[in-house]
Amino acid sequence: MSDNLLFIIGTNLAKIILFTHLVLIFAAYMPWVERKVSAWMQDRVGPNRVGYAGLLQPIADALKFIFKEDAIPGHVEKVLFVLAPAMTVIPALLILAVIPFAPPVKVLGESVQMVIADLDTGILFVFAISSLSVYGITFAGWASNNKYSLLGGVRSSAQMISYEVCLGLSVVGIFMAAQTLRLTDIVTLQVDGVWNIFTQPIGALVFIVAAFAETNRLPFDLPEAETELVAGYHTEYGSMKFAMFFAGEYAAMFVFSALVAVLFLGGWDVPFMSNATFAALGNWGVVIGMLSFLTKVCAFLFFYVWVRWTIPRFRFDQLMHLGWKVLLPLALVNVVITGLWNLP
Amino acid sequence: MSDARTLDVEVPEQGGAESMMINMGPQHPSTHGVLRLILQMDGEEITLCEPVIGYLHRGKEKIGEGYSLHKFIPYTDRLDYLAPLANNVAFAYAGEKLTGVECPPRAQAIRVICSELSRISAHLLGLGAYAMDLGAMTVFLWTFRERESIYTMIERICGARFTTSYTRIGGVERDLPEDFWTRLREFVRTFPGRVDEYEAMLTRNKIWVRRTQGVGVITREQCLQFGLTGPILRASGVEYDVRKARPYGGYENYEFEIPIGTEGDCYDRYLVRIEEMRQSNRILEQVIETIPSGPIMNREAEGSLKAVLPEKTKVLTNMEALIHQFMVGTESDVLPVGECLFSAENPKGELGFYLRSKGGDKPDRLRIRGPSFANLQILREIVPGHMVADIMAILGSIDFVMGECDR
Repeated sequence: MSDNLLFIIGTNLAKIILFTHLVLIFAAYMPWVERKVSAWMQDRVGPNRVGYAGLLQPIADALKFIFKEDAIPGHVEKVLFVLAPAMTVIPALLILAVIPFAPPVKVLGESVQMVIADLDTGILFVFAISSLSVYGITFAGWASNNKYSLLGGVRSSAQMISYEVCLGLSVVGIFMAAQTLRLTDIVTLQVDGVWNIFTQPIGALVFIVAAFAETNRLPFDLPEAETELVAGYHTEYGSMKFAMFFAGEYAAMFVFSALVAVLFLGGWDVPFMSNATFAALGNWGVVIGMLSFLTKVCAFLFFYVWVRWTIPRFRFDQLMHLGWKVLLPLALVNVVITGLWNLP
Repeated sequence: MSDARTLDVEVPEQGGAESMMINMGPQHPSTHGVLRLILQMDGEEITLCEPVIGYLHRGKEKIGEGYSLHKFIPYTDRLDYLAPLANNVAFAYAGEKLTGVECPPRAQAIRVICSELSRISAHLLGLGAYAMDLGAMTVFLWTFRERESIYTMIERICGARFTTSYTRIGGVERDLPEDFWTRLREFVRTFPGRVDEYEAMLTRNKIWVRRTQGVGVITREQCLQFGLTGPILRASGVEYDVRKARPYGGYENYEFEIPIGTEGDCYDRYLVRIEEMRQSNRILEQVIETIPSGPIMNREAEGSLKAVLPEKTKVLTNMEALIHQFMVGTESDVLPVGECLFSAENPKGELGFYLRSKGGDKPDRLRIRGPSFANLQILREIVPGHMVADIMAILGSIDFVMGECDR
């Protein structure tokens, strides 16, 4: 680590700008991907008017959202109503801080971690921040002063709190085996060893299911179940505020896909490459690692889309049943098995 | 205003701090049209459900009293607007029953094709909307792929996709074109595979099964009490299908089964509709094989009864035919004194037309028995006790059309 303050600030700023924009570009293009993939699954064409293959569609959509009138209905609780969209986007972007994108890069002879904040508490930070995102949705539901929004808000708070427990427990096994909470260490261990999805299949399953619930995606999109609650918590929202909910959802999807990649799919690992190979390749290793990481993220994002357009939605009580009576015991069993496996 | 009136709707009182009133519809994404439900809820559980109808009321029955039978045919398109051809067919048979005009065999077979294509199309939309309401969007768009080919065929039949007005008293408007048959053969060949695709997405899907099994159970007794008909009745285990019970239009000549459910829940209604689509396809196969050649209009009836329209080419070339056309189209004494009731098995259930005539060219009374109207009555009975999300399953499985309910 360099002692040069300017160097530290410079590299960190560069990383923040790079990663944040990466996520925002993903968040902007995910709707396009979603529409294209769903069209492909459903014998349709999908967006194809704006730009080649509709590639400029996200830009057109964003422009439309920006130029729409930012209407605030008269019956809402103003402060929370305005705050709520921001509160769903910010946690998703904050989690990004601890996600390692690639192996350490050499800049001016110094080794720089490709993660904004390489915290010792890594994953705990993720859970602390991700549980904040429920406030955005709950406030939106409550502040809208609309019964459908309220139901959406209530559903989502119950859902997210329940699934947070499973989410937290599902990764305990990894920390027991890796004996660290730092995400970069978890990745380096997987690069030399085996991916966690093979050593922790139950944990991976529970984590993935809970990740779907945390991001409010089908089959767990009850808070915004269109056919039941009109648009759930964002019924009353329009223009850029709605776009922020939208972007927040896709940013959260990216972040959770990144977490799946980091925790279970070896992060930046490429099969048959070790930490030594990455180091030997120098900064090309960083490029390869980053591409590998992004490929995994994209694959999981595709999985998100695939599931959404395939299966129906759970009912609220069934969702709770699944969370508390199936996933939670499974996660606990996983902890016990991992504990026995790693007995000294 | 002293003479202000209110709708005769039992609006439940806001009871206790726990309960909440929700007004679902008439503009809600899953009430399919303009059904309005007043719901009283305790958390997510519904304690009271009050359906409110009439937002699509257009006074069709009264309109029917002012028009001759032929002029009313276009209005029947807009009853069950998901199966306009089937409505045309049912109304034509009702008119023929009143006027005593026979429909020639080829026209009857064409009408069977119309009814069965409509049934498939309506069930496809019902299934798709049902699946979409429970979150399975893809099935919905897949059903539209098949509906598109059905609509293309309907366009070949009568030139319109939606407002068909195809039947006439004594036959049908025109014969089927040659390319219709190639399209129909292709459709009949591929359709069973497509139904398998829907089934692969839903029938054994754990979430689908859990969302629909045991939900919205309608007992056999309830069905009979409330006069439910169609797939709902059959899903509850009553073997009643007008096509078998009182065969009309040559249905007795075709082999097909009536699928019967056991539990009467949403899942059974789904299964019954899926199987009915296969059976309709089977009927279509038989019609393709056995359709007789011959006239498509009962021309013998032209002279004696003025209920049948003359051939169009003759109208343009022949003076008597022109006069005849004019007589049928304006005032003429074509309807015998009497009354009749004809009911047909439509996609949503039994569609009945009651016609009463005191002579003249207009019916004295036209009463339409829309199956959706009767079918929706059951909501009050079965919805309470379910959760909000179950309403979507129940509404989707009841598969109603407000155009026919409100008339």
